[in-house]
Amino acid sequence: MKMVKPYLLLIIIIVIDVVLFLNDTTTGKQILQVTAQNFIQMLSVLPPIFLLIGLLDVWVPRETIIKFLGENSGIKGVFLSIFMGVAAAGPLYAAFPVVGIMMKKGARFTNVLIFLGAWSTMKIPMFLFEITSLGAKFAVTRWLLSLVGILIIAWFIDKLIGNKEKHAIYAKHADNSGSQK
Amino acid sequence: MFERILYITAVVFLIVSYVKDKGKTRTALKKSWKAFANIFPAMAGVLALMGLVLTVLSPEIISRLMGNKTGFVGMVITSVVGAITLIPGFIAFPLASSLLERGAGITQIAVFISTLMMVGVVTAPLETKYFGRRETVLRNAFCYVFSFIAALIIGMVTA
Repeated sequence: MKMVKPYLLLIIIIVIDVVLFLNDTTTGKQILQVTAQNFIQMLSVLPPIFLLIGLLDVWVPRETIIKFLGENSGIKGVFLSIFMGVAAAGPLYAAFPVVGIMMKKGARFTNVLIFLGAWSTMKIPMFLFEITSLGAKFAVTRWLLSLVGILIIAWFIDKLIGNKEKHAIYAKHADNSGSQK
Repeated sequence: MFERILYITAVVFLIVSYVKDKGKTRTALKKSWKAFANIFPAMAGVLALMGLVLTVLSPEIISRLMGNKTGFVGMVITSVVGAITLIPGFIAFPLASSLLERGAGITQIAVFISTLMMVGVVTAPLETKYFGRRETVLRNAFCYVFSFIAALIIGMVTA
């Protein structure tokens, strides 16, 4: 059971897919196709991200991240978090592993949330594409509003999640394999 | 292009790391693999879920659902579709502009784009893995509300 539990969601979806496939082959095939595309996209985006995470884990000391993104990093930490988020490439799910290493290395919770917010909706490649499809007025207004929005949302979430819970979240990402700093 | 930059950056750092310290590089690769293996089950589940949802809520069906709806009801429909689905930008933006041409309101499209990007119902299992349930619920709820506020302002600005 211990082996199965992490795959519970995957197993449930596969069962649904199979049932749909048996009922309607066309839809079933389409699901298979889209799912395969998703996995191919994941395999094209994730390798460099996880590679960089591993390298960062080994080479960048916790103190450095704390200095730039930690509790006392101030406005510079906020700017850096935004910059890292908007310069990113890849879908939202690729941001979570990065968030994991940020917390492991002692980045401030609000900065982690700001980074996630910027990644989700303010990425420069997406922004450029948004300008060409929906116009500069639309894209620029939305980008600026998002900037304000993610800062406020990060502040609220940080206030609503107590210190105890924050510690529990950070503890999930703490290193337990005794690595070098 | 940005993906290529990411690859080049990763490979360059990997080579520099290897030249500087082989042992450390090996540890780094092990850590990379461990971080990936840890999250793979949840990620695979989310990707399969995305495959299912994207098929059921295909761009054609979304455009039929959204049509040229306007008003608050239109915003609720587009926001729910946006919150559930996770369409990559290169499909979402052309879809949005074609919906605009067919008479959808700018506010409805704005709320669709924002919820699409910021609210992730299908990625929630993954977010919970990293942040726990409360952060996931709070962040997605706040982003959902924010998308409405932003859309109303965008509607006024672009009017």
